[in-house]
Amino acid sequence: MVTAVTSFGRSGLSDWLVQRVSGVILLAYFIFIACNVINGVDYVSWKALYAQTWVKVFSLMAILSLAAHAWIGMWAVFTDYLTERLMGSTGNFLRVTLQLLVLVTIFIYVVWGVQILWGY
Amino acid sequence: MLKVSIYRYNPETDDKPRMQDFDFDTQGKDLMVLDVLEQLKAEDTTITYRRSCREGVCGSDGLNMNGKNGLACITPLSETVKGNKLVIRPLPGLPVVRDLVVDMSMFYAQYEKVQPYLQNNTPAPAIERLQSPEDRAKLDGLYECILCACCSTSCPSFWWNPDRFIGPAGLLQSYRFLADSRDTATDERLAKLDDPFSVFRCHGIQNCVNVCPKGLNPTKAIGHIRNMLLSRAT
Repeated sequence: MVTAVTSFGRSGLSDWLVQRVSGVILLAYFIFIACNVINGVDYVSWKALYAQTWVKVFSLMAILSLAAHAWIGMWAVFTDYLTERLMGSTGNFLRVTLQLLVLVTIFIYVVWGVQILWGY
Repeated sequence: MLKVSIYRYNPETDDKPRMQDFDFDTQGKDLMVLDVLEQLKAEDTTITYRRSCREGVCGSDGLNMNGKNGLACITPLSETVKGNKLVIRPLPGLPVVRDLVVDMSMFYAQYEKVQPYLQNNTPAPAIERLQSPEDRAKLDGLYECILCACCSTSCPSFWWNPDRFIGPAGLLQSYRFLADSRDTATDERLAKLDDPFSVFRCHGIQNCVNVCPKGLNPTKAIGHIRNMLLSRAT
């Protein structure tokens, strides 16, 4: 058993499941957006689309999925390449710093996303 | 003439590894890579590699031949040589002891972690623990592993985290005991695997399946472990 405190769900199984489920939600959302964009959009139709509550809920679901997906994915990348084994203590410093940066970025995007969806 | 290029490194005398080139006359025969090494070693006795049974059973001569891991003794030149060139390197990702010999300690440490032995604390029956032919069949494709390390050393996840990720070879053996009807430690075994590294560092790229000289499928075994973890979780 390897301990991990900076991973998304602390458990490999939970991270794996969240990664799959969020991936499916993101795929569905991007298909939904693509279907709407492909026929051409203008301000009025776009505003009308996002005025519907279910679109806002679906969008927030996609944003939260992206947040979880990015956290798990970037965590996996950082723990592969930036480790004490490969780079000494620099690896630990770099990894934790970058993880923190990613988390802050994700947090900002989530809050900003909520503001965009319900603020206008 | 076949151009053979061999990785040479002696940590006691060399600053860094180098490639040594040889011209090798196959005399039109489709030799195994190990035969080529043996004949070259007869010329230059300092070439160092592991070998034992020379028939793909012991798993000693796992090497990287033209970029692909395999057992030198059962890899014919016709299968690996392209453009009349054969490049032989040690298994990637493990520390080199000398030339083509790698230090397998990290590989064995991961193997040890999965407790690769039958655990059953119930009183032993008078004769032996019986197993139905169906239950026995579940071990096919698992028990044949010879621990040559070709799979684990072809796995990027194992290259980056050999101390945390158990690797395809270890996980195949882990599933061999998880799937065994006579083993009663299933829950304890699974509990030790549910972290983000031991099993879940596998991203399913199947390099392990691609190189296994015994034609085994560690990715499939890892999928089974994942499903077992999933079905015991709430």
